[in-house]
Amino acid sequence: MPDTAFAAPTRPALSSKVYDVDDFAAAQELFHSNGWTDGLPVVPPTEKAVAECLEWALMPPDQLVGIEPVRAQPITAEKLAINAVMAGCLPMHFPIVATAWQAMLKDEFLLHGISSSTGGCAVFVVINGPIRLEIGASGTFNALGNSDRATSVIGRAIRLGLINLMDVRPGGIDRSTFGHPGKFSFCLAEDEEGTGWQSLAAMRGIPDGLSAVTVMAAMSPRQIMNEWTADPKDILETFAAEMRSNQLNYSIYGGNYAILIPKQLRDIIEAAGWTKRDVAEYVFERARVTRKDWASVGKGAIVRDRPEKVHTALESPDHLLVIAAGGPAGGFGAVIAPWMGSKTKAVTAAIGACVDCEPPKN
Amino acid sequence: MALHVLDPSHEMKVAGIHPAPRPVSLEGKTVGIITNGKEGTKRYFSRVDRLLRDELGVADVVWRQKKNYSAPAEAAIIDEARKWHAAVTGVGD
Repeated sequence: MPDTAFAAPTRPALSSKVYDVDDFAAAQELFHSNGWTDGLPVVPPTEKAVAECLEWALMPPDQLVGIEPVRAQPITAEKLAINAVMAGCLPMHFPIVATAWQAMLKDEFLLHGISSSTGGCAVFVVINGPIRLEIGASGTFNALGNSDRATSVIGRAIRLGLINLMDVRPGGIDRSTFGHPGKFSFCLAEDEEGTGWQSLAAMRGIPDGLSAVTVMAAMSPRQIMNEWTADPKDILETFAAEMRSNQLNYSIYGGNYAILIPKQLRDIIEAAGWTKRDVAEYVFERARVTRKDWASVGKGAIVRDRPEKVHTALESPDHLLVIAAGGPAGGFGAVIAPWMGSKTKAVTAAIGACVDCEPPKN
Repeated sequence: MALHVLDPSHEMKVAGIHPAPRPVSLEGKTVGIITNGKEGTKRYFSRVDRLLRDELGVADVVWRQKKNYSAPAEAAIIDEARKWHAAVTGVGD
C-alpha cells in the first residue's frame, strides 16, 4: 500500500466525452466538422489544459456556473474551461471567462434573447481591477481591436461558449441578419492607469481593489472624432449626436450605451473637473430625440400619432457606461449602442470575490 | 502525435424541457397562439388561425401577445395555456 500521506493529489475527473485524434490538424477537422468553432483554428482542449484552468479558478469541474433560464441549459465550469482553452486562454484568463458567464446568466441580461435575435449583437466584456495588469490586458492602443492577447482570447471564449453550450450557431439559435465582427471577440480592459476617474466597476458598485467584469449586449462600435475644442460640452455633444443617430437609424428605445473616451479627450474633460457622473448626466440630457425625427431618416410611417413624444437614449444617467480607453493620441471616441433598448441590462460581477478560499480537497 | 481532446458541447445534457403530449386531432379543440407581437407575425398568425379553423376543425383560437418579444411569455400566459389543448408559438419578424 502506498503511503497516501505522500501521494500526489489527483485531479477531479472530467466528465466530457474524449475523442482520440491523430494530430493537431485532425483535431481541427474534428472540431470544425462538428460545428464547434467560430471558423478559426482552435487550441485542442486536452484534459491537462482544461484541468489547469479549473485549478487556477478553484472550480471543481461540475460546478454549476448557472442555468440559462429559457432553455434550462446548465452551464458547468468544465464546459466553460474547455471552450476557454479552445479560444486560446491560459489558466489565468479563465476566472474572467467564468465570471462573465455568471453575469450573462442573470435574468436581466436576457441571454437567450440577445444571442438569438435578428438584431445581431455581441457580448461586450469590460474588465476592471488589478487582474487586468496580472494578465497583461491593455486598454490603450487599438483598444477595440487586437490590443493584446488576454482580451482577444477572453472575448473569443465567450463566443465559443455560446456556440457550443447554447447552440448559438448562425442559422440555428443565432438568427442574426448581419451580426458584427465583435462576435468573434469583443473584450476590453479599462485604462485605469490613464485616468483619474473612477473605474466602470466602481461606478457600478464594486468595492475598490476588487477585479470585476461587466457584460453588455452590444452592437458594433461607432467611432466619432472631435479634436477641435477644449470644451467638455462640445466633446460630449459629438458622442450624444452619435447616440441620437443610432436612435433614429437603429433603435429609438433607451438602454445601456457605452461610450469610450480616449486620453486626449479625457484630459480635457478631467481638467475641467468633470467626473464620470457629470459626463453621464450631460449625455443623458443631450442624447434624446422626438418621434417625429424618424421622418428625416425614412421612418415617417411609424411616427403615427405621437410626433412630439421624446425618447431618451438612456433611461437614466446610470445607464451610461463611461469607459476610459483608447490610445494616448487622437481625438476620437466610440459609442457602443445596446442591442435593443432596455430589454437587456448590462451586468457587473466581481471576479474571485471569495476571500480565504482554498483549493478543493482531493 | 496523438491527442485526446474533450467535447466542448453540452452533449445534450439539457435539463427541464420535455415536449408536451401531442393531440391526435384538433377537431373541436381550443388552440392558443402566443405571438411575439412583431409586425410580420400579424399576417402569418392570421393565416395560421384560418388554417386551424378551416382545415383542422379547431373550435376556438385564442391569441395572446408577449410583452417582450425576446423573453419568455409571462406567467399569466403560461397559466392560461394550461387550459388550451395546444399552443402555437415561435419566433417571427
